Amino acid sequence: MKYVDEYRNRDLARTLADAIRREARAERSYHIMEFCGGHTHAIFRYGVQGLMPGNVKYVHGPGCPVCVLPVRRLDDAVEIAEHHDVILCTYGDMMRVPGTKQRSLIRAKAEGADIRMVYSTLDALKIARDNPERQVVFFAIGFETTTPPTAVAIKQAKAEGLQNFSVFCNHVLTPAAIAHILGSPDVQETGAVQIDGFLGPSHVSSVIGSRPYEAAARLYRKPVVIAGFEPLDVMQSTLMVIRQINEGRHDVENEYTRVVTRDGNTKAQSLVNDVLEMRDSFEWRGLGSVPDSALKIRDAYQFFDAEKRFEISQKQSREVKSCECPAILRGVKRPSDCKLFGTVCTPENPMGACMVSSEGACAAYWTYARHQTIAEAKAKREQKPEAVA
Amino acid sequence: MCLAIPARVTALEDGDMAVVALEGIKKRISVALLEDVAVDDFVLVHVGYALHKVSPEEAERTLAMMAEAGVLQEELAEIAEGQA
Ligand code: SF4
Repeated sequence: MKYVDEYRNRDLARTLADAIRREARAERSYHIMEFCGGHTHAIFRYGVQGLMPGNVKYVHGPGCPVCVLPVRRLDDAVEIAEHHDVILCTYGDMMRVPGTKQRSLIRAKAEGADIRMVYSTLDALKIARDNPERQVVFFAIGFETTTPPTAVAIKQAKAEGLQNFSVFCNHVLTPAAIAHILGSPDVQETGAVQIDGFLGPSHVSSVIGSRPYEAAARLYRKPVVIAGFEPLDVMQSTLMVIRQINEGRHDVENEYTRVVTRDGNTKAQSLVNDVLEMRDSFEWRGLGSVPDSALKIRDAYQFFDAEKRFEISQKQSREVKSCECPAILRGVKRPSDCKLFGTVCTPENPMGACMVSSEGACAAYWTYARHQTIAEAKAKREQKPEAVA
Repeated sequence: MCLAIPARVTALEDGDMAVVALEGIKKRISVALLEDVAVDDFVLVHVGYALHKVSPEEAERTLAMMAEAGVLQEELAEIAEGQA
């Protein structure tokens, strides 16, 4: 286990922490957004924030695929499952996310809808083959890591002539979200969020490469460092961001060269490109409507598009009241700003997606800093008594 | 959900499929997203698809890290649930 020891070496962590302390200039602060929920968890689990000097702060980003899906699309999925007598297949993370009036897929299932949790699109295809008399819909969500498997499944369904399989496509794009956050009024005008640099996602970047971040880094003059998800990767990447800031650079650098290249997995990219194309815009929870930020199924494969196969009604969708997920996903608030945290909202009884998904910020605070967060939330409530009423 | 877990390819099958060994579990996955996968390669598996090849050292390190963080068991349970 030579390598393992090398990488988990506590001395190395200390050395990196010292280097960061030396590099970070006392007269300024460094707010670094970790885009990806996986990084948020690494930062908490290993106490990385605690190793940083006071002027280096992590800001949690929207990189939690379940969290950014707007309630409307979840409501649509529930409607497809309930009104069209289909078998709806979905990744497990999606099941407990509350939709409008707290209706989740799991609740719809309990009330009789045929909703099945799958590990892979391969499982969804198998369910379609095994049930030729039923319509099978795969509820596809996720960033660029999870998109190629959806594209392959659609291609496969076409090759096999599977008549009863379709996909409700909700795949979203990371670089578009980063550009949107940097260009948002929160960052540019009101200063509600300070972002001086980004830690870029690891597995997403293994697919798309580091190149797609270059435009936003240049335009908004913010450094991006693609970071592996081990704690030492996060620390090393943090040091790289701080160095860039100090040197006035805003490049895309790659700390995770063990897996990520500039061009990424070109085979996966071309499969995706073959089957899916850009939507003009897509609604994100928290970020609102973001141009060129999501994918839909190309006309050549429209037979497999659940949005075309099933009529979906226009309806009013609503977030659970008082859930601060939208502001948390923008980096404007933290879970301790939510008055429901730990009182009404817990992992057993989640009020928002950020508490459901293991990648959500509220779930991270719950797992690693529950008591402190509840205490802080309580203190905030008592400062503002009107907020409790 | 964005996690990818390293596994060793033990056999290649028709239709871009392969069998991988993962902590004693044998699992059929798709290798449609990769070029030239060979038996004994280590790959990162995400939702039933090999996303990337990695070195044996990187695979070992990642597995140890996931085990330590307590996410390895969760991932394995999810993978075992898959039907394909
Ligand atoms: S604690 Fe619950 S209600 Fe509050 S923001 Fe997080 S998910 Fe929403």
